[in-house]
Amino acid sequence: MEKRSRSFRVLSVFFALFVLFLYGPILTIGILSFQGPQGGLTFPMNGVSLHWFRDLFQEQSVGDIWGSFRRSFALGFMVMITTVVVSVLGGLAFRKRFGGATVLFYLAIASLVIPSILVSLGVGLIFNQLGLPIHWASSGFGSQLTWTLPFGLLIMFAVFNRFDKSYEEAARDQGASAWQTFAHVVLPIIAPSLLGVALFGFTLSYDEFARTLLTAGSYNTLPLEIFGMTTNVTTPVIFALGTLTTIFSFCIIAVFFVAVWFMSRRKGKVSDAGKGMV
Amino acid sequence: MTKQVTAWLQAAPMAVVLLAFLVAPIIMIVIVSFWGATEYSIYPDFQFDNYAFLFGSPVTYTVFFNTFYYAGITWALTLVIGFTVAYFLAFEVRSLKWQIGLFLLCTIPFWTSNIIRMISWIPFLGRNGLTNSTLISWGIIDEPLEWLLFSDFSVILAFVHLYTLFMVVPIFNSMMRIDRSLIEAARDGGASGWQTLRHVIIPLCKPGIMIGTIFVTTLVMGDFITVRFMSGSQRANVGRLISNDISLLQYPSASATAVVLLVAVLIVIGLLLRLVDIRKEL
Repeated sequence: MEKRSRSFRVLSVFFALFVLFLYGPILTIGILSFQGPQGGLTFPMNGVSLHWFRDLFQEQSVGDIWGSFRRSFALGFMVMITTVVVSVLGGLAFRKRFGGATVLFYLAIASLVIPSILVSLGVGLIFNQLGLPIHWASSGFGSQLTWTLPFGLLIMFAVFNRFDKSYEEAARDQGASAWQTFAHVVLPIIAPSLLGVALFGFTLSYDEFARTLLTAGSYNTLPLEIFGMTTNVTTPVIFALGTLTTIFSFCIIAVFFVAVWFMSRRKGKVSDAGKGMV
Repeated sequence: MTKQVTAWLQAAPMAVVLLAFLVAPIIMIVIVSFWGATEYSIYPDFQFDNYAFLFGSPVTYTVFFNTFYYAGITWALTLVIGFTVAYFLAFEVRSLKWQIGLFLLCTIPFWTSNIIRMISWIPFLGRNGLTNSTLISWGIIDEPLEWLLFSDFSVILAFVHLYTLFMVVPIFNSMMRIDRSLIEAARDGGASGWQTLRHVIIPLCKPGIMIGTIFVTTLVMGDFITVRFMSGSQRANVGRLISNDISLLQYPSASATAVVLLVAVLIVIGLLLRLVDIRKEL
């Protein structure tokens, strides 16, 4: 085996420390959530128990956690479906030339860089002034789309830049209609990348805080509920909740990766589907 | 159906969402920033009181200074760390499988909750936290350090923790596009490792560095929750000024601050784009 240079060793250590920096804190609260009933927010561990997880499952002990989880899950699902459909349509539109394409592109980019609190404040104000009820499924849903759609669109750009147009031409030469070409040729090819868009749509919505702060109405989503807890809960129950929802996020990510892997394996060739996700 | 009409129909949903939930809200904020407010309600008006009050208050300048300060320091740290990590992945890791695997390892936290990632620093930084107890047991300090949590230090630490990823991804992307023969050519020409880095790799990474810079500065400048949580409400940036006004139902005043913040963010982006012509680099 080739001997690696000194820079490789130094940078490996740097990278390992970076990964530790990324994951260390979350692992720590994972451990601390198993504190004994008398345990506090920091080490040392005061015994080991499932006390704080049990606490979470007891109704009304610390707010409406399960209700907020259900809402966040439903909202994440809505945002995911909408992001995939709207981004694919947008991606298809940008393959052709159309009037206003540049404006729409810059709007999407602006959507990424404009501070979230402005979206939150502005949407809240509009709904108030129009007399519309503020609700996570209406105002909250729309606000979150301003964060997930640009990511979806950028992924679609990456996908269509790599797309081999000759597949479509072949289909058209064989007499396939525009819809048949899309449904039977384009869609199956881009499907693994759509899972990437879906992953962004769901997870970014599920964890979104700033954009839902003023647009969720009287029913909190999970991140809002957790933030509320930080001001008045001083027991490891908040670590238990953090651990559970992080495990949930990891599971969602894993499901998407397995699905991508499975789909590209079925296609029988190594695809660059994973690239669309990054 | 002509191609043009089809394209418009396909672009329409995205355009509608962005108009309704991005453009309209910004216009609304600009309008409301000229309105008046009583203790409980807001009323349409056209006056400059909100702006006059904002620019007349010394707090505003301190808070804007803090905002730029956080953005500057976070930018420098995320750039150095992000560049190094991306460099390691792109040039030191040789197999594509490992590159993708390690890259994903860096990106996975992006898909988890920011709030929980902030909370998870408490056991590390608290008065009786891991850092203090470790340093004390090693005999490096006698008293717990007070500035670890609820300070500028913890705010910036959290920013770096949350946003370094936004540097790693675009820089890594730029690096993977660099033609490896250029680096070989530099080496053949007698360039040292540093010279190759300085004169070949860094210039070619400019677009990635730029995109990362825009992401990190705008995210930090627009933040309000990290500063509030990690400083225990002891520090302020513009975002917190806005969210405080909101919690007092002073929407016109919040809107005026938001307009000024938006202008500040746009100026920063404008300056950055002036430094590097991003369209030419792409």
